[in-house]
Amino acid sequence: MNTLGLMGFGPDGWGYSMLAATGTTVAVAACGFFIGALLGCLGAAGSLSRFRALRSVADVYTTVLRGIPDLLVIYLFYFGSSSVISTASALFGAEGFVGAPAFLTGALAIGVVSGAYQMQVFRGAVLALSKGEIEAGRAYGMPSLLLFRRIVLPQAARFAIPGIGNVWQLVLKESALISVIGLVELMRQAQIGAGSTRQPFSFYLTAGALYLLITFISGLVFRFAEKRAMRGIRRCV
Amino acid sequence: MSFDLPFVAESFVALLRGIPLTLQLTVLSVVSGGILAFGLAFMRISRKWWLDAPAQFYIFVFRGTPLLVQIYIIYYGLSQFPVLRHSVLWPFLREAYWCAVLALAFNTAAYSAEIIRGGLLSVPAGQVEAARACGMSGLLLFRRIVMRLALRQMLPGYSNEIILMVKSTALASTITLLEITGMAAKLISESYRPVEIFVCAGAIYLAINFLVTRLFAWLEYAVTPKNRNSEERRA
Repeated sequence: MNTLGLMGFGPDGWGYSMLAATGTTVAVAACGFFIGALLGCLGAAGSLSRFRALRSVADVYTTVLRGIPDLLVIYLFYFGSSSVISTASALFGAEGFVGAPAFLTGALAIGVVSGAYQMQVFRGAVLALSKGEIEAGRAYGMPSLLLFRRIVLPQAARFAIPGIGNVWQLVLKESALISVIGLVELMRQAQIGAGSTRQPFSFYLTAGALYLLITFISGLVFRFAEKRAMRGIRRCV
Repeated sequence: MSFDLPFVAESFVALLRGIPLTLQLTVLSVVSGGILAFGLAFMRISRKWWLDAPAQFYIFVFRGTPLLVQIYIIYYGLSQFPVLRHSVLWPFLREAYWCAVLALAFNTAAYSAEIIRGGLLSVPAGQVEAARACGMSGLLLFRRIVMRLALRQMLPGYSNEIILMVKSTALASTITLLEITGMAAKLISESYRPVEIFVCAGAIYLAINFLVTRLFAWLEYAVTPKNRNSEERRA
């Protein structure tokens, strides 16, 4: 069968399963991305705080998670949580290895990794604010939270969009690694197809094309968001 | 879970044996990918659309797809074609080692090309004009003026790329290579103690990346004459 017939939507076609797997990829990447956004905010707040202990915790977090391979983090989360679950279920009489849920573990793992990158983006965005605006806010007597909500957040979000777009692309590609712990996302589905039809090139090429499609569309979305956020701002270059 | 120090030390030593392969993969792919990246960067700044367009397409494809897909296409995918299986290239493409090097090199070339392009574009036009006024042209101009200024600009971005490459070599473990991550997976299948072993492996990667950042910080310092002068003035 040629590649087009293979990826068709007929009874022998793999079209539906490849599209469903694409959906899983987007879902797990989005979950990981939002967990990362949360951790990134916390980390950025920590690294900009007055307390030395918080600053060093944030620093260690971002240095370590950006310094070790993502594959290792995914394995560590999977085997680590599986061994905890196995130990716990052994208490209730279950035997042997109990695997952790792949979607949750995968989303958590890429969330923790992308949080380290997002933290740097948020930190840079907050540092890019002009100091005078914050001082002016304080001079009006705004308390910290109000100042953050009214002055810091709207402007920092604007500065953060390009960097966040990069992290999203990174997360999307990282999600392919979750295939190693058995979640049937795009990469894993391509492996399954390649195994049962003996046409690995067709399947991996299709998977690559689908990834390209997602990155292309999300690139357009981020470009639009940036354009919208930057309206009314004079460019110096 | 108790912390078993002798076991940790033992697996740490076992993992050290994976370091040469990790470094080999990194160096081979960074060097060959770097050469390819220069070609791509020159194609991008050539102002000729028939050179620019293919380079842009290459970069779009390799930056837009996961490295794992690229590795699998080369290692598993190419065997689908009988023509390739019977060609002179097959002894190379059959080996997981060369497939990993090839995929990593193609991948880093796409990212590095953009870094190099950014560096080349950052060279101020006045500097080039001044050099031309002094009678320099072609390769001499490039070697003495453009390359030096561009190098300074692209070093920070390039150091990030090399750290990403060190981490990317971990993916070679998925096609049977026993570099640090592959070694770790093998040890785990023997001992069933994932946490200790993965923490050791992470520490090794962290140490390698720390050395890479130090090396680049030193390089950056060495190629910035401003620093050199202030050092001399202080002395």
